[in-house]
Amino acid sequence: MKRKKIRKRKKLLPGAIGPRTSVFINGRLVGEHEKGEALVAELKSRRRQGSLSSQVNFYFNRKSDDFFINTDSGRARRPYIVVEAGQSRLTPVLLEQLKKGEITWNGLIKLGVIEYLDAEEEEGALVALREENLSPDHTHLEIDPVSIFGVTVSVLPFPEYNSSPRITMACAMAKQSLGTYSVNFNMRNDSRAHIMYYPQQPLAQTHPYKLLGFAERAAGQNFIVAITSSYGYNIGDAVVMNKNAIDRGLGRSVFYKAHESEERRYPGGQKDTFEIPLPTTSGYREEKAYRFLGEDGMISPECEVKAKDALVGKTSPPRFLEEITVFGVIEEKKRESSLVLKSGEDGVVDSVMLTDSLAGTKLVKVRVRSTKVPEVGDKFASRHGQKGVIGLLRPQEDMPFTADGIVPDLIINPHAIPSRMTVGHLLEMLGSKAACYSGNLVDATPFSGDREEDIRKIMKEHNLEEFGEETLYDGITGMPIKTKIFIGVIYYQKLHHLVSNKMHVRSRGPVQLLTHQPTEGRSREGGLRFGEMERDCLIGYGASMLLRERLLDESDKTSLLVCEKCGSIGYHDFVKNRDNCPLCDDSKLEQVEMSYAFKLLLDEIESLGIFPRLILRDKA
Amino acid sequence: MTTKSKKQIEVGEAVGIVAAQSIGEPGTQMTMRTFHYAGVAEQVPTGLPRLIELVDARKEPKKPIMDIFLKEEYAASEEKAKAVAKDIECTTLDKVAYVEEDFEEKKILITLEPSELETEGVVASEVAKKVKALAGSHVEHKDNVITVKPTTSSLRNIRRLTNKLKQVHIKGVERISRTLVVKGKDGKYFIRTSGSNLATLMKNPKVDTERLYTNDVQETARVLGIEAARNALVREIKQVLDMQNLNVDVRHCMLLADAMTMGGEIKSIGRHGLSGEKAGVLARAAFEETVKHLINAATHGDDDKLIGVTENIIIGQTVPVGTGLVRLKVKLG
Repeated sequence: MKRKKIRKRKKLLPGAIGPRTSVFINGRLVGEHEKGEALVAELKSRRRQGSLSSQVNFYFNRKSDDFFINTDSGRARRPYIVVEAGQSRLTPVLLEQLKKGEITWNGLIKLGVIEYLDAEEEEGALVALREENLSPDHTHLEIDPVSIFGVTVSVLPFPEYNSSPRITMACAMAKQSLGTYSVNFNMRNDSRAHIMYYPQQPLAQTHPYKLLGFAERAAGQNFIVAITSSYGYNIGDAVVMNKNAIDRGLGRSVFYKAHESEERRYPGGQKDTFEIPLPTTSGYREEKAYRFLGEDGMISPECEVKAKDALVGKTSPPRFLEEITVFGVIEEKKRESSLVLKSGEDGVVDSVMLTDSLAGTKLVKVRVRSTKVPEVGDKFASRHGQKGVIGLLRPQEDMPFTADGIVPDLIINPHAIPSRMTVGHLLEMLGSKAACYSGNLVDATPFSGDREEDIRKIMKEHNLEEFGEETLYDGITGMPIKTKIFIGVIYYQKLHHLVSNKMHVRSRGPVQLLTHQPTEGRSREGGLRFGEMERDCLIGYGASMLLRERLLDESDKTSLLVCEKCGSIGYHDFVKNRDNCPLCDDSKLEQVEMSYAFKLLLDEIESLGIFPRLILRDKA
Repeated sequence: MTTKSKKQIEVGEAVGIVAAQSIGEPGTQMTMRTFHYAGVAEQVPTGLPRLIELVDARKEPKKPIMDIFLKEEYAASEEKAKAVAKDIECTTLDKVAYVEEDFEEKKILITLEPSELETEGVVASEVAKKVKALAGSHVEHKDNVITVKPTTSSLRNIRRLTNKLKQVHIKGVERISRTLVVKGKDGKYFIRTSGSNLATLMKNPKVDTERLYTNDVQETARVLGIEAARNALVREIKQVLDMQNLNVDVRHCMLLADAMTMGGEIKSIGRHGLSGEKAGVLARAAFEETVKHLINAATHGDDDKLIGVTENIIIGQTVPVGTGLVRLKVKLG
């Protein structure tokens, strides 16, 4: 049908190109047409009438006089209301029918009331955000202003009252919130998973929030929040939390961590074995470490495990084949390779699963669970890009309270508000507070939700201070606080940055094999790097001794024998009980302290074919 | 202890590190700001690019500039100052004449523009003399046309000569490409130039030589000596930092300039300059081109006396700075 109208492209003669529109289907040039614009109008109207598929999109580029028809898969498309002569095709009559259920969404598409545009056709459309903005130039109308947002933004309450960077941050943080990420979490073995104990749906919800069903998978709780300073414990985005509220279950979550171990096969037909290692195994740990293991080498559920406890006992074949001794062939010594819990991963064994891997070997997955009760250092955030870290857990009796005896769960600092301009945060506090009294949820939908006046009206109806400010009484002195304090209810999310999974200290610990310097990183119980710039600071301050302590004494100090005569590094011969220089026959060797890294440097220089000598002198 | 001696730096203070940190820390901010301004056409490099230029001891700044202050009688009136400026500005042959080759006849024709000659205040014969000085052979001067018959017949050499002729210096001070008369804060006029020629302008009787300014540090060193260059370096570095509103004590800049000029010539900071000439083998090897330094040291049988900070850190001893400098001596008898 389309093909008939489009002429086969003739040989391109210079004069023949003319003012003809090139026609492309799915990016391939198929021919030319004399009146491009008319063709577009015709095709579009046919699509609206239903004689062409609603999934075809047209885009006419007036500038280059190109006409694109797209029918291929993978185009992102979104629906709009069709506008003709400045009039929405979704008439009040149709709207009424829709409400009564006499007409469906698909029916509207068939009628040409709704159409889906792809990215290219969108280029040629002028879309009005609201019906009252319609002009004769408009081609389409947005179904609802919210639809300009994606999923992450459209579930945020009152975003139109916030500054845009805060919205971006709120979106980023909403993705880190703890809730119920999956309903079958009990059957899953995700390597890391957080589940909130008592999630609540927010009191301020947007329309898309309800549509998406987030209320059934909530990721947060409604906190009673006061905005006031709190004896300095909420300075710089710290927050003070009510200890008793936490004991009642506020912000409580479980953390699951899955550990796995596999009976690997090695070339030569050998393989690992799940078993309790015998004390003769090389690398055998303390007997205590294996106390939870059953005969099959596996731990049972509900064992309280701590660092260094074995979850799965496993032995591996030796790395090198049998060693031959004077007695003949000695029995091969197995290596211990159990799955051992690292420090800071304490918990209770939740499940033990035995299956086989893709390679067909035995595979165990052990899931360890631990309850994470909010503690100083845990991170919380509202849905307005307002994040904070717990600075203090204060007992309820010391928290401020209102005349009604309401005690806040959380106290944030007023300095968090002005520079960030998160008015939505304040509005949500007020709205949710009103919701608590009226018993109805607040509509926080962007552009069309409840307005401040509506909320204030509800406040007044319930004989409340309409701006949400109340006199608070200091919990410690019992005296009223002179200023009225803004207190309300707001949805807070617990974010998955928990101190207990991050904190790290080291006083002594493992060192690297090659350099004899402390290991790096929390997982290896590592030290904190004293870097070049830190070094410069100590030099600049003139703290020589401290510098030597950091770089030598607390790092890779070694003592080596150096030949006084030739300056090469020697060794002590324990058999003959004498110091030996590799070059000189009879010379004195001296103990010299140096960094192991320097010893490596000397070795490295030797490997270049350069012989470095150390010329010794007494310390003056 | 007197107040004065308290203010003095004590023995063992790590002044170099402190200076480096004091200039380096605000320098990081400068980097950010410089990149922020990227794309804006700058006349003279300022900020980080200029600082790098100074510290690298480049042969010539990207944009050499001079401020020429005039003797009292010329500085007062704009006209007189402009006249001096005109004298100073360098005029080349292609500014007053049209130069073209005639490859068939194997000659170069220079057609003088009378009007241009007049505005520049030069006589045709003078131009011909200058051309003769360069081209030497067979220069004929007739009315407004100077004909040069080169000795070589190769077209390439003729073209080369033409290009040379175009740049023949007719009048004014060499390398001063543009001049601008500016009214100073004191109401006196001075000349700002693009291009720098300190030696020639020092000889000009109309110029107040005591205040003559150039931003070319290398030239200052050549003409006025290394002490002057040190002062120029301090001034230039401080100027760059001040312009960015970075409060750095001059004494840090002075130390930097001292370090750069103490060898009698301007040394750059880095591989080819100061850091490349450190005393210790290990210190040099630790900085850049490790293997090169190690092998050179080995072939020469060098000793490292372990005097510096870096060396002592490498081997793991106290550094000879601050508390590490103090030694205990037993008094005998």
